[in-house]
Amino acid sequence: MWKFTVRRILIMIPQIFLLSILIFLMAQAMPGDALSGLIDPNLDPKEIAKMREKLGLNDEWYAQYIDWIKGAIQGDLGESFRFKMPVSELIEQRLINTFWLSVVTLIITYLIAIPLGITSGRFNDTWADRIITGYTYIGFATPVFIFALVMLWIFGFHYGWFPTTGSVKPGLEPGTFDYIVSKIYHMLLPAISLALITTVNTVQYLRSEIIDTKQRDFIITARAKGAPESRVYNRHILRNSLLPIAAFFGFEITGLIGGTIFVEQIFGYPGMGQLFYESILLRDYSVVTSVVLLFGIASILGALISDVILSLVDPRIRIK
Amino acid sequence: MAEGLLEIKNLKTSFRIKDNYYAAVDDVSITVNKNEVLAIVGESGCGKSALAFSIMGLHNRAKIEGNILYKGHDIANISPAKLNKLRGNDMAMIFQDPLTALNPLMEIGDQIGEIVSLHNKNLSKSERKAKVIKLLNKVGIPHPERTYKQFPHELSGGMRQRVVIAIAIANEPELLIADEPTTALDATIQSQILDLLNELKEDMNAGIILITHDLGVVAETADRVAVMYAGQIVEIADVHTLFGDPQHPYTRSLLNSVPNAAKDQTKLHVIQGIVPSLQKLPREGCRFGPRIPWIDSSAHEDNPVLHEISPGHFVRCTCYSQFSFPEESKEDQSHGVS
Repeated sequence: MWKFTVRRILIMIPQIFLLSILIFLMAQAMPGDALSGLIDPNLDPKEIAKMREKLGLNDEWYAQYIDWIKGAIQGDLGESFRFKMPVSELIEQRLINTFWLSVVTLIITYLIAIPLGITSGRFNDTWADRIITGYTYIGFATPVFIFALVMLWIFGFHYGWFPTTGSVKPGLEPGTFDYIVSKIYHMLLPAISLALITTVNTVQYLRSEIIDTKQRDFIITARAKGAPESRVYNRHILRNSLLPIAAFFGFEITGLIGGTIFVEQIFGYPGMGQLFYESILLRDYSVVTSVVLLFGIASILGALISDVILSLVDPRIRIK
Repeated sequence: MAEGLLEIKNLKTSFRIKDNYYAAVDDVSITVNKNEVLAIVGESGCGKSALAFSIMGLHNRAKIEGNILYKGHDIANISPAKLNKLRGNDMAMIFQDPLTALNPLMEIGDQIGEIVSLHNKNLSKSERKAKVIKLLNKVGIPHPERTYKQFPHELSGGMRQRVVIAIAIANEPELLIADEPTTALDATIQSQILDLLNELKEDMNAGIILITHDLGVVAETADRVAVMYAGQIVEIADVHTLFGDPQHPYTRSLLNSVPNAAKDQTKLHVIQGIVPSLQKLPREGCRFGPRIPWIDSSAHEDNPVLHEISPGHFVRCTCYSQFSFPEESKEDQSHGVS
């Protein structure tokens, strides 16, 4: 088990290395560079060329890459020209915001997916199943950004049940009870909007897993033992069906990254997604590369979590 | 004679395909006695497993007509709660494929322990474990303590079949249904498993229904044999009569298609055609007729019934009296081969 996890973590090092090179090269291909946003148009072009030289922007790409990655490892991700502050400082608060938004979204996703998936799978081809599958098809077909807008309009503006922007009510002291409640309150609507759409994958997945497991031979064995239906479901079918769902968990995180970009933008929620979107529009070079790098690392971590969970719950791939 | 244990009367098990019901088991009446192995033989698709599943009440969406009388209960019309009390306790089943019959995520000990505690609710944990270890010993598993903690994928096919058997015999059922218990195993393991079954029959005084298409297994273990074709029993007799004096064309064809080392054969007999699918099954006349086309249609009954030709020996349809193998064509074929 530990051997497996350690080996799995070691694999991540070359993965992240490759990822960083890719991101760096793509950023190089973008118009402009780390300096272009900082330049005052009235500046003498000779001065600019001098500054370029000084900052090492005329070096070969690998020299620049080494320079960048050295800084990144030490936590120096460069400076945002838009906010005039170090990227690492800028990201910190937003990373925490996005992290909690993702956690709340994941919780809601599973709160919806597990009961719906189980009902749909257990009573497949009944009216309950048809309603649930109908919902999943609508979910598949609805873009998150449209749905989030509609939710914002209905529950944010029309009824006014939820705040429509920000991550916390201004003027509250961080760490107080009111502050935390306000944080959760602000997270709720974006999280629900995102979860209602992303959960359909898991509902469908769980449904088909249950239908599949129901027909397996060991279920007949369980019935032949004289186990009542409730036990057959809880002990035999559910456990075997939830296994792939657990493995799916890590990839759910990857999917969330895409979702938060839209949702944070629409709800004016100051997180990584919003920062990413705005930085691209403004060509805030160092912020974009840093955010993409972090998103990439989150995806790799997601895959790691999937593998570790699967190795924990499935005895067949448990490596001693 | 022997004491009756299970009595099946006019059982008809039908499956729904599109909008019609098709009978996979069609008007089967049969009794199983205590301390007896009744073998049910036939090709694949003859309704053997459908019959076994009907007795265990394991069909989910089938229509079951007739009576399955066991210990004063009619399993064809029984409440799920009562059925669950019988299943695993008074009657149990050994499944065909040991590779898929066990839950991949449960330890062997828990899988056997489950059936034990389902029918003995007030057993303590250690008592339960002791009983499971005893069962593992009984089915010949070499290291019961270790196997107790293992998962199915850590065991070989033969070991898993032993576990499946241990589950079936856990509560010493009086009726044991073995659905092709040896088909997934190689020959040496096969005979060990059959010996084990025989021992269990003696030990528990149980009635065993052995479903198989392996006639060697039948000759070795069975007391009585029922031959099934297309959902019906076509011949039933004790094992000596059936092998010594087979009557129905289907039985004779089956026996004739087994290689025999004593005879100097150049070519094995092949039964023409295949078992018709459920939807295409001829529902009138002799169902085996289409596969012996050289026999004149007047030899068959319009509505074939079982005839008792000697005590305890039943044969369906009258065509048996005029049946012979087409010797000439057989010789032609063998010339062609050699």
